[in-house]
Amino acid sequence: MERRQFLKVSATATGGMMLWFACGKSKGKQEPTGDGEAPQPSGEGADLNAWIRIDPDDTVTFRIADAEMGQGIMTAVSMILAEELDASWGKVKAEHAPSDSEKYGSQSTGGSTTIRQGWEPMRVAGAKARVMLVAAAAERLGVAAAELTTEASQVVHAASGRKLRYGELVAAAAKIAPPEQPELKAAARYHLVGKATPRLDTRAKVLGQAVYGLDVRLPGMLTAQVVRAPMMGAKPKKIDDAAARAVAGVRDIVTITSGVAVIADHFWAAKLGREALVIEWEGGDAGLDTAGVSRKLAEAVGKGVEVRKDGDAAKTLGAATKKLRASYEVPYLAHAPMEPLSATVHVHDDLCEIWTGTQTASFTVMKAAAILAISPEKVKVTTTFMGGGFGRRSQVDFVADAVEVARAAKVPVKTVWTREDDVRGGQYRPAALSEIEGALDADGWPVAWRQRIASPSILAALGPLKKGVDATSVEGVDNLPYGIPNVHVTYANPALPVTTWFWRSVGSSQNAWSVEHFLDELARLGGKDPLEVRRRLLADKPRHLGVLEAAAKAAAWGTPALAGRARGLAVHESFGSFVAQAAEVSIENGAPRIHHVWCAIDCGRIVNPSTITAQMESGIVYGLSAALHGAIGFEGGRITTSNFHDYPVVRMGDMPVIDVILVESTADPGGVGEPATPPIAPAVCNALLALTGKPVHRLPIKLTA
Amino acid sequence: MGYRINVNGEVREVEATPDMPRLWVLRDLLGLTGTKYGCGMAQCRACTVHIAGEPAFACQTAIAAVGDRPVTTIEGLSTDGGKTLHAVQEAWIALDVPQCGWCQPGQIMSAVALLGKTPAPTDEQIDEGMNGNICRCGTYSRIKLAIHRAAKGGV
Ligand code: FES
Ligand code: FES
Repeated sequence: MERRQFLKVSATATGGMMLWFACGKSKGKQEPTGDGEAPQPSGEGADLNAWIRIDPDDTVTFRIADAEMGQGIMTAVSMILAEELDASWGKVKAEHAPSDSEKYGSQSTGGSTTIRQGWEPMRVAGAKARVMLVAAAAERLGVAAAELTTEASQVVHAASGRKLRYGELVAAAAKIAPPEQPELKAAARYHLVGKATPRLDTRAKVLGQAVYGLDVRLPGMLTAQVVRAPMMGAKPKKIDDAAARAVAGVRDIVTITSGVAVIADHFWAAKLGREALVIEWEGGDAGLDTAGVSRKLAEAVGKGVEVRKDGDAAKTLGAATKKLRASYEVPYLAHAPMEPLSATVHVHDDLCEIWTGTQTASFTVMKAAAILAISPEKVKVTTTFMGGGFGRRSQVDFVADAVEVARAAKVPVKTVWTREDDVRGGQYRPAALSEIEGALDADGWPVAWRQRIASPSILAALGPLKKGVDATSVEGVDNLPYGIPNVHVTYANPALPVTTWFWRSVGSSQNAWSVEHFLDELARLGGKDPLEVRRRLLADKPRHLGVLEAAAKAAAWGTPALAGRARGLAVHESFGSFVAQAAEVSIENGAPRIHHVWCAIDCGRIVNPSTITAQMESGIVYGLSAALHGAIGFEGGRITTSNFHDYPVVRMGDMPVIDVILVESTADPGGVGEPATPPIAPAVCNALLALTGKPVHRLPIKLTA
Repeated sequence: MGYRINVNGEVREVEATPDMPRLWVLRDLLGLTGTKYGCGMAQCRACTVHIAGEPAFACQTAIAAVGDRPVTTIEGLSTDGGKTLHAVQEAWIALDVPQCGWCQPGQIMSAVALLGKTPAPTDEQIDEGMNGNICRCGTYSRIKLAIHRAAKGGV
């Protein structure tokens, strides 16, 4: 029996082991068509383009080239395709597209770009397929295409009352040349886009049937874990694997680039095997500790290169009588997606097959091809569901490990990370220090802003920095939106031996905090209300103002909070969207307690309001975990943080009530996966400032008595 | 060693070392991957199953310690192969709770256990009963609504 056939058979036999994951209605459940007749599957199904397949029973399968990691894009992209295709939503299924650069171009998901960049091409793809179906119907009915309309997966000839189902047209439609520039639907005719739509993947996830990277099972598969250097940059000097090899279920132990891999029958044997390994390491930086990170940032911060200069901030600051200076520091952060990393790889017959939860099928292909010295066409990636990504899965280190292990093992191997491997694995949100100075005019309004940023660069690992500036480290500051005439921004890239990577909202995750919290400090110095200051300085920024006013109104800004509570506001633009948040906070047992968050977003055209609301809640919780708890610690060159006991996150009992306001807009869609994360830390810190009179100059927040 | 275990109403035989946590028996030996791994140290409850009706950390329960007490996993919560869903699952679907979904089987198993003991929980009782389950995607608000909905019989 062919292996692929075997996989299908085992899928049916056990239910929970499907290697591909059907979303939405199963093929078995056919829905009646518009005329009330059950469709009669006949003929053949066909692809109308890279994204759209239709089967004779009218099932529409969308192949989504971006990665579904929880943010809801599989559903949102399907909505856009279905809207233009006029597909009946009840017959829509979605799945991740296979890796195929010719068909899909770059398959990488990050920067909240799926809908922003897919809005136009996905509408066009849906419209092209619709035109092809109409042309096939025109031919069959012997009428002009202009006499035909489409609705609910049917082509309708109103004049004669005749209707043809997409399922009976698809085989003929697939032979018709797609139009160059199909006409797109007018927004007024949208019936899906803009309407709260349940996710296509909910049912599979609620039944425990969705297949994630860690759930992949192949016949004859082994499971590996890799012991990586305890200090970044260290290499194994001496390995004693006798005891590890004696562990029941351990099959082999191999040295790979990143460490020593234990290959075993299953996770547990691999774990016992790695615990029995005795490895002597050499190299690495044993001097690094948490205080040392702060020291390096402080040494670098004054030595940056210029990023932005308006007016003369130094002169204004020098002459000002009312001014303020503060420094803001954030630590390294792990992404800690709920599902630890894994990749299953089978290297065989000059081919490399990979099943993994990756944000980038494209880089996965390139990485595997480079390691194995084969052409990229010989690498096939199946993207599974993923238990969170937050940027971590756009790095391909875990795939590289798995490819090396599978090459050595010659059978399919799933290489898995434990939670400890994940938290200690580097690829962190960089630590950062901002020194900010601000000056007020005689009336108490800000007139100068100088911000010096030191933060280890993410982009430097990928290529030389343009003019010495990592654009991600300064985002939110280089485009400071406030109407302050004198602005000076510099950036320094301190050398630290810690790997860094894109973390949900990237530089905005720390810069929104420093900017928005310092602005409240300045407002306080000038005796101004934080909303008043922003209104004045954002007078020519309507989208910032729009969300700010919406959040302030929802929070009843200006009315007194309950006794012992105070409110704080923050606004930030990132990834093409504008988000303002107000937080109501008190202090309980010496720690901040967040009672309520009001969040307003203007993300342009709204595709799925239900998803946007969910992403606002999600981004707030993620940012709140970082603000209240998140910090990676170092001691003697080792990472001291390891799991959720010392890397705590927000839980149910810590949850504020969250109200989300979607601000109407006809602008093109902006991102929604990341923009809710940046404003929450400053909103909370501004509330604490209002409550206690004390600013917060370091995250995570530690209140001093 | 050979063990006979009772999972979702079926008796299954597996070969395992006595210390092997139930989580890996389910996932790696029986192919029941609906029960998830999140921390392996009783921190996240992604691995929640019911053992003799009581919620338990599958990552902390060695196979030898379970004996033949019946275990229910997310796959066994609905009946007839997923046709009839548990009221909690129905509520989860009605409110579109999951994002990435990785924590959700554990959340659902915890919620079912909570409602078993406290059929009409208050917000505070939900906070307390669900505080062990981490969700990195932040679906807590919808989880709370879904538990209230399931408690009220689906409205
Ligand atoms: S995996 Fe068992 S509690 Fe986290
Ligand atoms: S839904 Fe992703 S961790 Fe809960």
